[in-house]
Amino acid sequence: MQKFLEEINWIFTDYTFLIIALGTTVLGAMTGILGCFAVLKKQSLLGDAISHATLPGIVLAFLWTGSKDVNILLLGALVFGIIGSLGIRNMTQKTKLKTDTSLGLILSLFFGFGMLLLTYAQKIPDANQAGLDKYLFGQAATLLESDVFILLIISFLMLIIIAAFWKEFKVFLFDAAFSKSIGFSNRFIDVLMTILIVLIIVLGLQMVGVVLISALLLAPAAAARQWTNSLSLMLLLAAIFGASSGFLGTVISASSDQMATGPLIVIVASVFVFFSFLFAPKRGIVARGRKWNKNKNKWKDLQVLKKCYELESAQDSLLTEDVENLCLPKQKNALVNRKWLIKKEDCWHVSEIGKKYLRNI
Amino acid sequence: MSIAQLEIQIIAAMVAIACAIPGVFLVLRRMALVSDAISHSILPGIVIGFFISQDLNSPILILFAALTGVLTVVLVEWIQKTGLVKEDTAIGLVFPVLFSIGVLMISRNANDIHLDLDAVLLGEIAFAPFDRLHLGTWDIGPKSFWVIFVIICVSVTLLLLFFKELKISTFDIGLASAFGFSPIIIHYALMSISSITIVGAFDAVGAVLVVALMIAPAAIAYLLTHDLKKMILLSCAVAVFAAISGYWLAYFLDASIAGSITTILGLLFLGTYFTSLARRKARIIK
Repeated sequence: MQKFLEEINWIFTDYTFLIIALGTTVLGAMTGILGCFAVLKKQSLLGDAISHATLPGIVLAFLWTGSKDVNILLLGALVFGIIGSLGIRNMTQKTKLKTDTSLGLILSLFFGFGMLLLTYAQKIPDANQAGLDKYLFGQAATLLESDVFILLIISFLMLIIIAAFWKEFKVFLFDAAFSKSIGFSNRFIDVLMTILIVLIIVLGLQMVGVVLISALLLAPAAAARQWTNSLSLMLLLAAIFGASSGFLGTVISASSDQMATGPLIVIVASVFVFFSFLFAPKRGIVARGRKWNKNKNKWKDLQVLKKCYELESAQDSLLTEDVENLCLPKQKNALVNRKWLIKKEDCWHVSEIGKKYLRNI
Repeated sequence: MSIAQLEIQIIAAMVAIACAIPGVFLVLRRMALVSDAISHSILPGIVIGFFISQDLNSPILILFAALTGVLTVVLVEWIQKTGLVKEDTAIGLVFPVLFSIGVLMISRNANDIHLDLDAVLLGEIAFAPFDRLHLGTWDIGPKSFWVIFVIICVSVTLLLLFFKELKISTFDIGLASAFGFSPIIIHYALMSISSITIVGAFDAVGAVLVVALMIAPAAIAYLLTHDLKKMILLSCAVAVFAAISGYWLAYFLDASIAGSITTILGLLFLGTYFTSLARRKARIIK
């Protein structure tokens, strides 16, 4: 325990760790927010497709400039991410191909083309595959102060854009036809939203990699959706879930040997999802189960009440034995608690409230 | 052309056919991305299987991986049944978690497992002829050839036996249930075949490119025809053409074979896409 505390203390005073944790936390918050848009647009797997589609962009940027500077490579990724997302949009609108097929096509064809370029590029001296791993699985440990600074600035600009187009986004997400009818350009809103999503995916590539960035986009949003029906609250919750996943994942990764950050962040995020599925009020599995039981008990009580009422109308009064014959002691208490059955001078009566319920069934 | 080259082309063409057949049904049933999910989520199964058998082509590994694939489908179905999220969200939630578990298993046991993540994700069909199967002392060909051969035999037999059931349950679930074939059994059978195919193919072409081989031929055929039988035959033809011409593209560029096959598929798709757009425009003008 002592050793563990020392370890934790050491981690939190370590400057490199703080930089990385800041990066993953901010990234988690932003993917959480933008993931809500993707989920509500019913394109949950958009992130997966776009992140794979960026590979040829990364390689082409390298082939063209010959530089391994992260920012130049990510710029190439951004361009191909946008091309890919526009391709998906066009394909689903203009042919009979469904969303899932278009997403899968862009994902695999772009990635395969990237592979071809990559193996081709490897013949050029000074290029090796070491760079590829970094984008497939991400390496949060390679984050520099300047990377986090860029992430912070872009995140801030994104938040401003989201705030500026808040009303448009909201109307578009929930009723696209209405949004068009009041004169918003749906196409502009959709493309703007998609570009924001592509941008955060590209920024996340370096930290969690191609495969796992989609989970970071999806999981906080899916968890947040269970707790609320309000868009602003959902965005806030998703940001909190995403940020906590990023932070906790980084802490766990730093405090143990040989545990990659990206997968740990995803696992923490999925714990949030699991917890939300189970315990969210109203929508959660536990809450729904409870509500179902409650309704079932009420229905059983009503059945017993019906029998009491029939007996009461047949013999004009109900004695205590009659009631005890008809229902279990537990049910009798329930009926009394619901004020469906009233005792008046040794005789039981079905109350007005009880009669009203009986008339309804 | 050396024997190894010929063998690579035959294996590539067979992998392409094995993927194209279930791919048609995945595309028609709007479950194309299930192939993506399975191809990633089999990673923990591969790691466990590799831990036990120390061989990427062993039946134990294939069994474990296929089981993880089916587990993925079951989990997706289960999450979807709660009604809390849509199907695609359920898919997107399940596979990254399984994949993460696989990556963590590899990184924790990096010293004991000589399993290269790149090899799993990207595959290398060029090495397929080196891993040979021996019957006694007699060399009967590359191991992956036989793995794919068995998979194709099983899926073609099932396709021929249950073509009618598959067809009806794909286009009209209500009618299928009315006829008394359970759509659930057909769904799980299709998913099991898909996951076995993905497992058999991953070590030749890698996890991501299996997705291309499953979806792209089917999507190309879907744009060209409305007839299910024609669609299956056409997608097999497209797949074989892409596999063989992809091999030669890779040969001339000295680049990844899997990447070249996918690039050919991409070009074929682009051609079909623009033709079908042009045809649609012509129809509208008429």
